[in-house]
Amino acid sequence: MIVEVVVGILLGLGGLACITGAVGLLRFPDVYSRMHASGVTDTLGAGLVVLGLLVWAALGDGGWATALAEGHAEAAKPGLLQSVKLVSILFFLWVSGTTAVHALAKAAWLDGLVPWTRDEEGASSTR
Amino acid sequence: MSVFAVAMVAVMVTMALALVRALRGPTIFDRILAVNSFGTATVLFISVHGYLAGRPDFLDLALVYALMNFIGTLAVLKYLHAPGLGAADLAPPGEEGP
Repeated sequence: MIVEVVVGILLGLGGLACITGAVGLLRFPDVYSRMHASGVTDTLGAGLVVLGLLVWAALGDGGWATALAEGHAEAAKPGLLQSVKLVSILFFLWVSGTTAVHALAKAAWLDGLVPWTRDEEGASSTR
Repeated sequence: MSVFAVAMVAVMVTMALALVRALRGPTIFDRILAVNSFGTATVLFISVHGYLAGRPDFLDLALVYALMNFIGTLAVLKYLHAPGLGAADLAPPGEEGP
């Protein structure tokens, strides 16, 4: 019962972080600030959701931790495999997400996009 | 587990908002950023759907999708910034900036 509550909290917060990032993606004035918003989705949102799945893969029904606790190691194998996949997904998401946005920022900068400033409208938000 | 359904709905809302930015984005870079964010949301969607449908082997799809999303974004950027994708004598763009 407690596992479902924990997984629920993690997945809920992760979903909330994803939506926050997406709303930021819509409301921010220019590309460079929107990149920050998409970063929220990439890191926090994905992190919490995958963490929730990890907890479920470990302690949920058919989880490897419960299987190991009851002593039959054979039943723990699929859960362990899922956890390894989840950790690698999280690792690749975090590494590739930031690198892609960095390349995007460089391309936008070299393309001549001027960051938005409060006093005069930067070119990037209008063009 | 209904909580997986809740997470899937949240991820779907994220995807919808990212699509709105992709359609509205004034510059090309907004669109690329929105598609990149959409791809990340798809990875989460596949992972959570795998657990919702009792098929945790969907995680392989999510892993491949995460990598493809990265490669796709870089390919579009490379095409945008240096159109001669295949050109051998492609001079590296200097740091001229605006």
